[in-house]
Amino acid sequence: MHGLVNRSLQGFLQDTYGDEVWRDIARRSAPDLTGFEPMMEYEDALTHDVIAAACRALSKTQPDLLEDLGTYLVSHPNMSRVRRLMRYGGDDFRAFLHSLDDLPERARLILPDAPFPGLRLTDMGSGIYRLTCRGGMPGVEHVVMGIIRAMADDYGALVVLDWAETADGGPDSATIDIHMPADRFHEGRAFALTDGLAS
Amino acid sequence: MMADMDRRDVIDRVAIPRKDDDLLLGRHGLDLLMPMHAMIDPEGRIVHIGPSLSRLAGNRPLVNRKLTDCFSFNRPQTVRGPADLHGIGGHRLDLAFRDGRAVRLRGVAAPLAGAGGLVLNLSLGLRELADLGGAGLTCTDFSATDMTVDMLYLIEGKNAAMTESQRLIMRLNGARQMAEKQAFTDTLTGLGNRRALDRALADLVAAGIPFALCNVDLDYFKQVNDRHGHAAGDEVLKAVAHVLTDVTRDRDLVARTGGDEFVILFRNLVDPAIIDRIARRLIVGVEQPITVGDATCRISASMGTALSTAYDVADPVQMMADADLALYASKRAGRSRHAVFDACLHVPPSE
Repeated sequence: MHGLVNRSLQGFLQDTYGDEVWRDIARRSAPDLTGFEPMMEYEDALTHDVIAAACRALSKTQPDLLEDLGTYLVSHPNMSRVRRLMRYGGDDFRAFLHSLDDLPERARLILPDAPFPGLRLTDMGSGIYRLTCRGGMPGVEHVVMGIIRAMADDYGALVVLDWAETADGGPDSATIDIHMPADRFHEGRAFALTDGLAS
Repeated sequence: MMADMDRRDVIDRVAIPRKDDDLLLGRHGLDLLMPMHAMIDPEGRIVHIGPSLSRLAGNRPLVNRKLTDCFSFNRPQTVRGPADLHGIGGHRLDLAFRDGRAVRLRGVAAPLAGAGGLVLNLSLGLRELADLGGAGLTCTDFSATDMTVDMLYLIEGKNAAMTESQRLIMRLNGARQMAEKQAFTDTLTGLGNRRALDRALADLVAAGIPFALCNVDLDYFKQVNDRHGHAAGDEVLKAVAHVLTDVTRDRDLVARTGGDEFVILFRNLVDPAIIDRIARRLIVGVEQPITVGDATCRISASMGTALSTAYDVADPVQMMADADLALYASKRAGRSRHAVFDACLHVPPSE
């Protein structure tokens, strides 16, 4: 597993629940684990052990934990860079949704070997968008769900997200329905393309 | 409205004759395809600018002014006034605003059929990517085929990845330095260890720096261990390390090479009289009673020194052996003293 995934998971647990909780989860995952390096490669099994240990320690289901991770990735102040990268997708939430098709390719420009899932957006009409998520690490669709939810909030779009009961994407895929009534929005967070580049 | 614009676009004042397959592209179409374009009339005046160029220009007036009054040309440098615009069609252009910040732009111009003049398509120069010319442009200011936003994405992501890589390198380097320091340190006393001694010796010999190698052996230390236990022995060794550090200079190396054996390398010091003075201070120092818990421990030290200048070529192994001979001579002479190696010590002792 790419270290970035493990490091994100570690950052999520540390920033949300504190160092003590992280250390406890790390100890229960592997005897000598203290932390992850984002630019290194780790065994897939270790990632799954950490997720399982975190679920036990926090009494959360794996889908809930992964969705919280997705929300953390784009909304926590420590992850402002990821949020900025996501906001490059477009000036409004609709444009952002359409940019998801390109997101894995864009991300691979920077990290060619990171395990991003394939994403495909279908406009179902009547303000409903269907996002199919395929591949990537197991459970990644829950992370995507958390990201979409947080980004809708970021753009100030009021949306309802549902798991779609469909096998359209085939096995190894999951489908999220995004209901976006056209006239419902509130003030989103400020964003400028160049906020982070000058530093 | 649309028809109105189209009619203005194709005023029938022929500069280049219009052919049947020439396109009729209204300003809306141009704004969409090239949001950062400018239309130049045959007199070299800007008559229209695309929405993104307008946004980029901000409060710099462009429309109805001469192109060469609004922009300076870095390429081709021959363009100074409207008359120089003839023949720039098809060339790569590098220009900058004359008013306010000189935002660099690159572009290309194409001659217009029909009314004549030029259409100039522009994009931001690379140096402007960091802040998009300071104009607060957004995703919609760039056409769908323009990769500027992807470039921004790449820069941002690259910066993040580089930052992480540099942090990793710093952490690894810190860990390496720590490991190296530990590898050359005696954990009990904090002095150098055998490895540190070997390296320092090799460095001195390689650099041809004169030095003295002094072996220090504690006297009566075994009794401390036997009588008061190893914990007390450890405390005594730490106290001895303090004395050794105190009587030597920063540039000298003090190493613990065995249980109660130490080696001092005096860098750039081969004067036997000075070394002997230091040795006596050292012995006086370690003879001070050391209190460990309820116990008072008394030890002393014997020392033997070899001088690198006594050899044609200083050989660390030979010097260690010779310093040991001098040390044994000190022990035989009654302990608590220092001797400098002399060639006659090679003669086997008569006893």
